Amino acid sequence: MRFLPAASVLLPLALAASVLAQERPLALTGARIYPIAGEPIADGVLVVQGGKIVAVGAAGAVTVPAGAEVRALPPGKVILPGLVDSHSHIGGAQGGDGSGALHPEVRVLDALDARHASIQRAQAGGITTANVMPGSGQLISGQTLYLKLRDGRIIDDLLIRLADGSPAGGLKMANGTNPMRSPGGPFPGTRAKAAAMVRDQFIKAQEYQAKIARAKGDPEKLPARDLGLEMISEALAGRRIVQFHSHRHDDILTALRLRQEFGFKMVLHHVSEAWKVAPEIAAAGVPASAIVLDSPGGKLETRDLSFESPAALEKAGAEVGLHSDDPVIDSRHFLRSAAIAVRAGMSRPAALRAVTLANAKMLGLDDRVGTLAAGKDADFIVLSGDPFSVYTQIEETWVEGRRVFNLSDPADRTYALGGPGAGDARRTPLCCYTSAWDIILAANGALQQ
Amino acid sequence: MNRAARLALLLLLAPAAAPAAMPLAIQAGILYPVSGPPMRDALILIRDGRITFVGPAADRMFSADHQVVTAAVVTPGLIDARATVGLSGLLNQPHDQDMLERSAPVQPELRAIDAYNGGDPLVTWVRSLGVTTVNTGHAPGTLVSGQTMVVKTSGGTREREVLQPAAFITAALGGAGLNRAEGKAPGTRAKAVALLRAELIKAQEYVRKRGLPDETKRPARDLRLEALGRALDGSQRLLVTVHKVPDILAALRLAQEFNLRIVLDGCADAPLVLAEIKAAGFPVILHPTMARAGDDTENLAMDTAAKLAAAGIPFALQSGYESYVPKTRVVLFEAAVAAGRGLGLERALASVTLDAARILGVAERIGSIEVGKDADLALFDGDPFEYTTRVTATVISGELFRDGPR
Repeated sequence: MRFLPAASVLLPLALAASVLAQERPLALTGARIYPIAGEPIADGVLVVQGGKIVAVGAAGAVTVPAGAEVRALPPGKVILPGLVDSHSHIGGAQGGDGSGALHPEVRVLDALDARHASIQRAQAGGITTANVMPGSGQLISGQTLYLKLRDGRIIDDLLIRLADGSPAGGLKMANGTNPMRSPGGPFPGTRAKAAAMVRDQFIKAQEYQAKIARAKGDPEKLPARDLGLEMISEALAGRRIVQFHSHRHDDILTALRLRQEFGFKMVLHHVSEAWKVAPEIAAAGVPASAIVLDSPGGKLETRDLSFESPAALEKAGAEVGLHSDDPVIDSRHFLRSAAIAVRAGMSRPAALRAVTLANAKMLGLDDRVGTLAAGKDADFIVLSGDPFSVYTQIEETWVEGRRVFNLSDPADRTYALGGPGAGDARRTPLCCYTSAWDIILAANGALQQ
Repeated sequence: MNRAARLALLLLLAPAAAPAAMPLAIQAGILYPVSGPPMRDALILIRDGRITFVGPAADRMFSADHQVVTAAVVTPGLIDARATVGLSGLLNQPHDQDMLERSAPVQPELRAIDAYNGGDPLVTWVRSLGVTTVNTGHAPGTLVSGQTMVVKTSGGTREREVLQPAAFITAALGGAGLNRAEGKAPGTRAKAVALLRAELIKAQEYVRKRGLPDETKRPARDLRLEALGRALDGSQRLLVTVHKVPDILAALRLAQEFNLRIVLDGCADAPLVLAEIKAAGFPVILHPTMARAGDDTENLAMDTAAKLAAAGIPFALQSGYESYVPKTRVVLFEAAVAAGRGLGLERALASVTLDAARILGVAERIGSIEVGKDADLALFDGDPFEYTTRVTATVISGELFRDGPR
């Protein structure tokens, strides 16, 4: 523990300068760039400004704007788009209330802690966008939330706002054994009962919508507001993507059948047995986000989980993503899942797409994130080498043109590797300090780590 | 007639040997014997379950009765220094979960060999990822949960497969050893240590009285105290699961008081007490690199293995116990992360081969590729720790297993 009074005066000035630099273009040069939108660029240039990507391309083919801050990276560095995790529980996510099987009205938004250390660890894992979900112990466990892993004080700082100002998110559903309980209570005891309960709920939502339509705005004729049916109506209207947990191949087919009947947008999650029904998933045009676990089992319906599911889905022509399900897989090992998928036969381009663009599409956010292209959010990561190598470190994570993780910062390094403090609440970021004195105190605090 | 064919002819003329697995000739692009420096273009010859030759392929011809297997990289078969596979099964249903008996806090008499199912698919799974030997047994979860055994992953418990039927007695201090239910003991850390001290003192008395010259004064046999007696005389070591600093120190204190030979298991907080662990001289079987942090393991780190290595503390890596998913971790993957987070390939490899064998006390048979040792190997199509490298086969006691490639 050291206290450096001299630095405590200088550091805030340096930090303030870097904030001001936001509007000045930043060009990173000399890295191998995987834009995902196109072929890898051996000697690439990435230019960002005002939170957006201005240009990406080969050295010589990209004009670096006058006045840009140019960072020539040492040889061997790799730049990828910020990783998109299509299924996570970071931020101390809760939801999925034990009182019943159907909770479309529950918002994970109301349970998240923006300072939870798991968010900092996800940044260390290169994740810049995450779909944070309630659990899978219910048929409908609630509304998920798509987060940008900015440095924020409160959850509002991490939200992705839709055009109407509402926070972007999906609707979490599940089948198989997780939402099943012993019969007699509010939970289904069997698979067919589970499907019938879901169908019943969706039909109620259709009728609710029909009543609203018939009322033509007449308050006397409008049905009483129902928060749950409102959310299912959003799914029926395609405004909210159903994020559907399903492991066994027959449960996957049941989910596809429900979607066929009601026409909602859907993403399949986990899909442990996808290798058995990959052609059916592909034919339905439903994207699937697979989990890669270090061993099969743990419950009956994941007995046949295989490293080969992502490869089988790719081969069948499905849109295939991967997810951490943090804390099932620690966000810091998210990129490893892509490498294990390659181990089991997935192509390298498809594996990189599976942790970036494919997941962005599954969240309906591919117009903003998932690739490195002009006009996209300036979300990217800098790696020390090959993205699939165990010897590679994620060195920097940037969200919307701000660096939110830097491995050479001792505090960030603790979040990346673990150790005392890695579970502590995140540091309050500079953006939200109220006075110069706060900045000085915070700088001293950071230096003492 | 070339030299190999001449040798084959000689062999045909030789008297018929007892039936045995076909001799193997393993050709390795890179061979990591672990006991010595890596070799390029190496050859390993195997007969009757043992290694008969290791060296440059150019130096040695072999007879045509060998089955020839080639691999880009060959290492010793991996050793998982602390597992529960075979007691905990893949399905995670009541019928295949025998790793923890909660009926009493101290049950050192529970033998792993009475519960181990070598045919469980979880055992096959770890074998498919290069693991040829496991120190498996009762999980942390009570103060003294039972015992472990050192067994090969070839599927059974035949004599040649079991290296140590009763390897360790398993104890846990800290959260894993407590029963927090109202009215149950031990409910707190200090009570746990007091309880264990009392049991060890009882065992000392028991051992003394069992040795009395007057047979009528000897107490009746007591399996529990007998087992603790073996911990006291060092014939069966104590594997103590500890994570927090006070628990690590409590284990060292117990070892000193009762002159115990212990191995520290888990040790998330090890970087905070490296000097104390080093001074005590006990080895560490470190928690899985990718284990989840929280509660007692809140401080665990991916670079702790590198810190133990730098401090000169003998250590091995483990898969540990998982109650849900993944149902087992795999030491190949855990060592890989350690390799990539400061430990490097060769030290990481040693932590799941020779160093593990030494800590388990089986290094005379396994852990390195040397003439005379058991022919236990892992074959890879590239750097063993790269995520994208696959295990192409394993060899256990000279028997070839092709579970993959995986």
